[in-house]
This record gives sequence, structure tokens and C-alpha cells, in this order.
Amino acid sequence: MDLLQTIVAHYNHWIIIFLMVSGLYIVVARGNMIKKLVGLGLFQTSVYLLYLSPGKILGGTPPILSPQFSVYSNPLPHVLILTAIVVGVATLALGLALVVRINEAFGTIEEDEIFAGEEDE
Amino acid sequence: MIAANLPALQVVLPLLGATLCAFLRRGTWAWGIALVVSLAMPFVAAALLIQVLDGGVISYAMGGWKPPIGIEYRIDVVNAFLLLLVSLIGAVIMPYAKRSVEKEIAPEHQPWFYAIYLLCLCGLLGIVISGDAFNVFVFMEVSSLATYALIAMGRDRRALLAAYQYLIMGTIGATFYVIGVGLLYSMTGTLNLADMANRLEGIENSRAVLAALAFLTVGISLKLALFPLHVWLPNAYTYAPSMATAFLAATATKVAVYLLLRYFFTVFGASIIFTRLPVSEIFLILSLAAMFGASIVAVFQDNVKRMLAYSSVAQIGYITLGIAIANKTGLTGGIVHLFNHALIKGALFMAIGAVFYRIGSVKLDDLAGLGKRMPITMGAFVLAGLSIIGVPGTVGFVSKWYLALGAFEEGWWWLVFLLVASSLISVVYIGRIVEVAWFRPVSAAAKRAEEPPLSMLLPTLLLVAATVYFGFDTSLTAGIAERAAELLLAGIR
Amino acid sequence: MKLDVIFRVTAKILIPFALVFALYVQFHGDFGPGGGFQAGVVAAAMIIFYAIIFGLEAAQKVFPPRLVELMVPAGIAIFAGVGVISMLLGENYLNYSPFAANPALGQEYGIILVEIGVLVTVSGTMVAIFYSFAGRGR
Repeated sequence: MDLLQTIVAHYNHWIIIFLMVSGLYIVVARGNMIKKLVGLGLFQTSVYLLYLSPGKILGGTPPILSPQFSVYSNPLPHVLILTAIVVGVATLALGLALVVRINEAFGTIEEDEIFAGEEDE
Repeated sequence: MIAANLPALQVVLPLLGATLCAFLRRGTWAWGIALVVSLAMPFVAAALLIQVLDGGVISYAMGGWKPPIGIEYRIDVVNAFLLLLVSLIGAVIMPYAKRSVEKEIAPEHQPWFYAIYLLCLCGLLGIVISGDAFNVFVFMEVSSLATYALIAMGRDRRALLAAYQYLIMGTIGATFYVIGVGLLYSMTGTLNLADMANRLEGIENSRAVLAALAFLTVGISLKLALFPLHVWLPNAYTYAPSMATAFLAATATKVAVYLLLRYFFTVFGASIIFTRLPVSEIFLILSLAAMFGASIVAVFQDNVKRMLAYSSVAQIGYITLGIAIANKTGLTGGIVHLFNHALIKGALFMAIGAVFYRIGSVKLDDLAGLGKRMPITMGAFVLAGLSIIGVPGTVGFVSKWYLALGAFEEGWWWLVFLLVASSLISVVYIGRIVEVAWFRPVSAAAKRAEEPPLSMLLPTLLLVAATVYFGFDTSLTAGIAERAAELLLAGIR
Repeated sequence: MKLDVIFRVTAKILIPFALVFALYVQFHGDFGPGGGFQAGVVAAAMIIFYAIIFGLEAAQKVFPPRLVELMVPAGIAIFAGVGVISMLLGENYLNYSPFAANPALGQEYGIILVEIGVLVTVSGTMVAIFYSFAGRGR
């Protein structure tokens, strides 16, 4: 029973690990460049949760000083993750821009087709 | 006022320069701004280095928020040395860039090219100077995103593929880094690296901290192209514009190595990394694999840029070997090779960029007979090539000498033989180029080639001269590297 | 999309209010949730919405690509410039305290200036990304 309780109590970690591993799997296993970027996005999202979930303190209030409260949630992870989200957006935009250019240059965004075409040259 | 704000200026000047470049329409003006900024950087870095050598650590509180709460720029001998290296390379490469960029980048993209280059410089300097784990991540992404864009600006359509591949792998690396930082943050409650090192005491064996170490090591190793994680590098260096290749090869991986040193020695401390965990053995094996594997692959390349890129992977092996040896002499060798390899690879890629400027190709066959047409450029190339091999009297010898001494101190005498053996492989690939350039009839591509313009030739020669000068006078490079190694091994505790 | 009356009418009603809301988010950032990034995204989303309903040309008449392209570095220049001003006033980079006689008030002024920079860059970048994707392949 103890083991089960530990597992359930750490449910946030299970979600994070699931997202992390499935994101990484998509990046590795898919040959379609857009799908790879989707996987990358999923992978990054898991990190957002990794930072945010320990920032919430049970019974804590938003970190605005007030004499009524003594326990506050940690605001710093939110700031960090806002930055990380911006970085993620920039990465995704650049990645998609590259995919658009690759599609224009090669006529496909499937990795195996591109590499097959490259070998002929 | 300026003296107190030097750490901020080191990062802010390139950032401001980048915004100015982005406003402009004309490539020449943007180049002018980039030139002014790049030339100012080494002075800032040198002033910081002198301050650090005299008086110890500089701590700069961003926005006036005192560390460990605020973001701290923390400069000691190790990162002051790296700052000087990165800004020197940036300064040398800028005069060279003008003609090279005019040839390889479309006129309407030139201002953007310089803006992105300055952002990349800003990011690299930021990684080195910042003492805040998350701030380092932000700068890492600034420099990486700029790097992807720089690579994608290459002429060849395969540059796009190389940039995409690097984007995927680089982002995975950076995300691994953030996961590591996140785990450390949830264990210690701080992001300031120095503070983190203090708070890790007593909990360094907990599973979260060990997992963080693993994530950080893998993430940073991706960025520094440690042997099995190097696959993004050859394509990226091959298809990027010449100037970008020279700059990135000389700086980007070195900055990642610095970050690894910082985490291994300052945050976790040498005692955890090397006595309780098999990090030394892992790095030893991977370094040797890089030194031999990548060198052998380099021998069989027909594209000179790709050959040099594989040689870079091999040379990074020597640097990480210094980490694996982990005594003062070995680490000095690693750090000195960081500096030396930046000079050598910068010079080699600049020389080959000058060749591309004249003959429009970097295929080995097209270089045939070029030694007679472009004797100065190819002479510079060969001199820098001798440095890669490690001929006495060049910088390559100095770093290998320290590495060999370090190996002896550990009693690893067999490593000395391996060092020599791997150098012999580099004789083969440099020798191939010498053979083609001097002992073959002039190729069709090289028929009308002549020396590149002076603005490209002089910076190249300057770097080559530096590789010879620092081969004889080691007091500056090896002296500072030794102090840096001492500082790292002493740790923060 | 000439026939989509519902879209066009909704857009005309929605966009002005949403843009005002973006300003609210922007200036409310000192006291509560909000700030330049969120405001920039809301404003950019409205421009993109306008472009989707009324066509790219109509949107580019209101927000010319050249302006959008200038907004991207302009915002960063505002941000970095604020930091330079605090250096000129003898404090560390991005320390806003010397902006007013009362340091707390100075911090507030500084934050407002920086957030304006963020608004300009973020909205500019979002629209620039949309323009460059939407303008391709025509």
C-alpha cells in the first residue's frame, strides 16, 4: 500500500515523465519534419511542468504580501517558465521557417525521401 | 562608471549593435557597426581579465538586485580567459567578414546576417559571464537560435537540412540542460551557481542531484559535440557561410566546454565528480574515441570544410581528455587547448574561406595546384595545419605537451603513445591537402585564382602568426590556463 | 472571404475591444497579472485575426511589413536603452531606482518603460512571423 501511495502522491512526476519520453520518442522515431517539431514541443512542455509543479505549495496563496497569510507559493518558477515558453516559441518558429524553406528547396519534408534524393547526386 | 559596468557592457554592446544592424538596409553600414562593436569587445574583456588577475573575483549585480536573489555576473580567471578568447576571435574575424559575406550572402540579407552574428556573440559571451544557471540557459538559446539562422544562410540548399538537424539536436541538448537545472533548483532552491555549490553540500548523493548531473552532462555534451553526440557538427560546419563557420568553430564548442568545466568543478566539485563517480573513465573513453574515430573519418573526406569539421570533433576530444585526466597539469592542457584550438581552427577555416572566395569550391580536387596560385593563403593553411598535428614550435605542441605530462603524473604512460598515434592520423589528412595543393597539376577551378584581398588575408595571417607566437611564448596562455586549472580544482568550497 | 458576414461583423466588433484590452493588460502589469508579453500577444493576435478575415493586403495596409520589421529591433533597443540610461545615471545595468527621486517610484517607471519595449518587440515579432509565413508561396 505504501508503494502505491508513493506512486499516486507523485502523480505530477508521472505526467512529466510520460510527456518527456513520448516527446523525445516522437523526435527520434518520426521522419516527418513537422512531426519532429511537434515532438520537440511536447518534450519542452514536460519541462515547464517540471518547474511549475514544485512551485505550488499546498495551502500557499499567491505571493502577494498580506498579514493574513504566512504561506506563499513560489513565484520564481512561473517567471522562469514564461522565459522558457518564449524560447520555445522562438525555436518552434525558426524550426517551422526552416521546414518551409526545406519544402521549397527539396519538394518534401520527409527525411528519408530527402536523404534518398541526396544520395543520387 | 565605465569600469564598474564592464561586465554588463560585455554583453550589452553586442546586443545594442545587433538592434542597430537590424534597423539598417545596407550591408556595409551594418558591417561597420559590427566591426566597431567587435573591436571594442577585446578591450572590455582584457580590462576584465587584468582586474581579475590582480584582484580576484568580480561580482556584478544585474539591475542592482544582490546575489543570490538577483542575476549575478561573476567573473574569475576561468571565464575572463574565455571572454578574451571569444571576443578576440570576434574582433579578428570582422575585417575578414566583409568580402566573404558580400560574396556569400544576398545583399538584402546582409544587415540581418550581421545582426544575427552579433546576437550569437552576445549569447556566447553571456553564457561565459553569467553566474546564474537559468540566465545561462537563456543566453545558450540566444546563441543557438542565432547559430541555426547563420547556418541556414549558407548558399547550398543542404545548409537548411544542416540547420534543421542542429536545431533539433541543439534544442534537445538545451532542454536536457534545463531539466538538470530544474532538478538542482528544486533540491537547492537557488539558481546562483556559487550559492548552489554551497547548498549542494550534504545532499550530493541524493538521486535527484545525480540525475541532474546526468542531464546536465548529456545536454552540455551535445552542445560541445562530444564524440557520440557530434553528428550535427560536420554538416553544420560544412554548409554554413565561411565566416560563420570560422567563428562558430573557434568559439561555440569552446563555450560549451567552459560550461561543462563550470558545472563539474565549481558547482558539483571535483571530489564528487572524479572520486565517487566514473566520470573520468567515461570521458577518457569518449575522448579517445573522438581522437581516433573522428580523425580517421576526416582522412576520407573530399570536402575540405567537412574534413576540418571532423578534425574539430577530434580536437574537442583532446580538450575533454584534459578534463578526464583531472590533475592540474592535464586540466591546464585541456584549457590551453581550448584557446589554442580556437586560434588554429579559426585560422584554418578562414584560409579555406579565402580559397572559397577565389575559386568558389572547397572540394579537395578543385584545390589541386592551388599552392602555386595562392601561396600565402595555402602557406598559412599549412602552418595552421602543422599546429593541428602538434609540431614543436606551434601551439598544438604546447597543449599536447601538457596533456602528456598530466597523463604521466597519473601514471597513464600508455596515453602518451595514444596521443602521438592520434597526431599521426592528423598528419595524414593535413598531408593530403598539402599533396593536392602543391604536387598536382593546377585544376580548372584554380587556373585563374589569385591571392584573396588584403582584408581577408591579413586576419588569417594574424591568427596563424598567433599560433606560432603562442607556441614559443607560453607564459600568457599556459600561465593563465594554469591559474584557471588551479582555481577549478580548488572548487568553491 | 466576401460572404462570411458573421466573421466580418464579429471581427469589427471584437478587434477594437481586444486591442483596448491589450493596453489594459499592458498597463495593469504593475499591479496584477499581465505585462508586455501577454499584451503583445493579444495585440498581435488581433492583427493576425484581421489579416485572416480581411486578407493579407488589407492588414499590410494598416501595419506595413516594413513597420513590423522595424518594431522587432525597436523594442529590444528600448529595453537595452533603458538599461544604458541607468548605467549613465551611475547605477548597475537595468537598475531603475535612479529614474525618480523615490527609488520605489523609479522602479515603477523603469518597469513601465521596459514593458513597452517588450510589447513592441513581441507584437512585432508575432506579426512578422505571420507575415513571412502567410506571404510565401503566392
